[in-house]
Amino acid sequence: MEKTLNKKDLINVFIRSNFLLGSFNFERMQAIGFCVSLLPVLRKVYKGDKAAMSAAMKRHLEFFNTQPFLASPIMGITAAMEEKKANGADISDQTISGVKVGLMGPLAGVGDPIFWGTLRPVLAALGAGIALTGSIAGPLIFFIVFNAIRLATNWYGVMYGYSKGTELVNEMGGNRMRFLTEGSSVLGLLVMGALVAKWTTVNMPLVLSSYTNSAGEQVTTTVQTILDSLMPGMVPLLMTFACMWLLKKNVNPLVIILGLFALGILGYAIGLFA
Amino acid sequence: MTTIQFILLILVAAIAGMGSVLDECQFHRPLVACTLVGLVLGDVTTGIILGGTLEMLALGWMNVGAAMAPDAALASVISAILVIVGHQSIGAGIAIAVPLAAAGQVLTIFVRTITVFFQHLADRFALDANGFGIEMCHLGGLLLQGIRVAVPAALVAAIAGTDTVNALLASIPEVITRGLQVSGGFIVVVGYAMVINMMNAKALMPFFFLGFLIAVFTNVNLIGFGAIGLIAAYFHIKGLQRDIAIEQAAQTGGSAAGGDGLDDIDDSELM
Repeated sequence: MEKTLNKKDLINVFIRSNFLLGSFNFERMQAIGFCVSLLPVLRKVYKGDKAAMSAAMKRHLEFFNTQPFLASPIMGITAAMEEKKANGADISDQTISGVKVGLMGPLAGVGDPIFWGTLRPVLAALGAGIALTGSIAGPLIFFIVFNAIRLATNWYGVMYGYSKGTELVNEMGGNRMRFLTEGSSVLGLLVMGALVAKWTTVNMPLVLSSYTNSAGEQVTTTVQTILDSLMPGMVPLLMTFACMWLLKKNVNPLVIILGLFALGILGYAIGLFA
Repeated sequence: MTTIQFILLILVAAIAGMGSVLDECQFHRPLVACTLVGLVLGDVTTGIILGGTLEMLALGWMNVGAAMAPDAALASVISAILVIVGHQSIGAGIAIAVPLAAAGQVLTIFVRTITVFFQHLADRFALDANGFGIEMCHLGGLLLQGIRVAVPAALVAAIAGTDTVNALLASIPEVITRGLQVSGGFIVVVGYAMVINMMNAKALMPFFFLGFLIAVFTNVNLIGFGAIGLIAAYFHIKGLQRDIAIEQAAQTGGSAAGGDGLDDIDDSELM
């Protein structure tokens, strides 16, 4: 008897995919989460075959770690493979594990710049900017837009991965993934440059000179007016580069944050910042 | 604080804690967590403003690969409770958020280590083909992450607003809270730096400078930058495609289209 998955099983996988990282641990990371996400599939196709079920659970408790939203196409592909295997196709354990391991690296490579590098920081900066005025629109925009895109990714990931099956592995091997990664990095970096200039506030009101000009107007030159006449946004730009350099030297980000706080407190105390 | 508020607060804290490991719905982000705490405690505006301020602080905190970021969940929930219940300044909120983020990081590393136990338990359930057992292991790990934030939040909520705590927070000198608020204006550069480093694309840095210059000299808003970024990405990918085509042509021996293609790539860089 042919054991086929239906839409309900895949919806079940989609729902579980939202909890992939729940039991993240330092030994096998997302392994339990992946196995649990796939359980509806395994229960269906290996129903009544305890040995096969046990073997399937074991192979999905192996090390797994990728960008969580892009684990969904891997779940879809794996579901398709398990379905074929249960129906007698010659697919070995190694093949299934190989597809998973082969995809998790490249997909993390694409997913990290798209979701953590571009989408979340941009939406968070937009939302935080609005939130500083006390408007509920800030958190709402961040929450709704991010989750809409995330849920769509998880949904289409599972569905598309299942319908394409192993075909998708070849598709991902091509240049398309590279284009997606580089394209999103271009978008992310361009917006990040804009954020450095606009989504930061540095005000240095320290007065350097103050005199009354021939027209009788008071002309005050502060550190800030000089910097603004050279290049507005220069201070945050230099700070960003300093942070990048420190992070590359493996300095803990919290230490850098504390350092910048010390700078702010000291600067405020001596009247450099306001 | 009423009993219902106290219970809702613990619920919000647990959801934020679970969100911090799941990283799906983003309930652990300051923007969301502080707003929810504000909602529960009846001062949503303060929650939103504190959330926005801390979100800037935490912008680049992300879990990529096995690396662990400072913990936004514990920092957001507890500083929001202290600021709202004790009527403290946003600056005081920032002051307590940073050490809390470090403490939260230690706690989550601890939980992620003891969850290894559930991993091995799951192995044993797999031998029995016991799916329910594996599901419980998964749930166990998730609940521990919820508890890790809920318990400290409950303890703080129990003492927040008392004279001792308020006196302690009030003893933070003004120069520190004001200085912290000043730093709040540029602390986000740490986040930007983390994101740029994560992208690890030196060759694409001209696009970063392009964004910076447009922002400095024009009034384009964030949506506009998104659109400009998409166009830049389009041209960059076009250039890449030509690059690859040239490479392949060179490999197969034909290089007729070589010079032509390179000119076009230069165009996309100028864009």
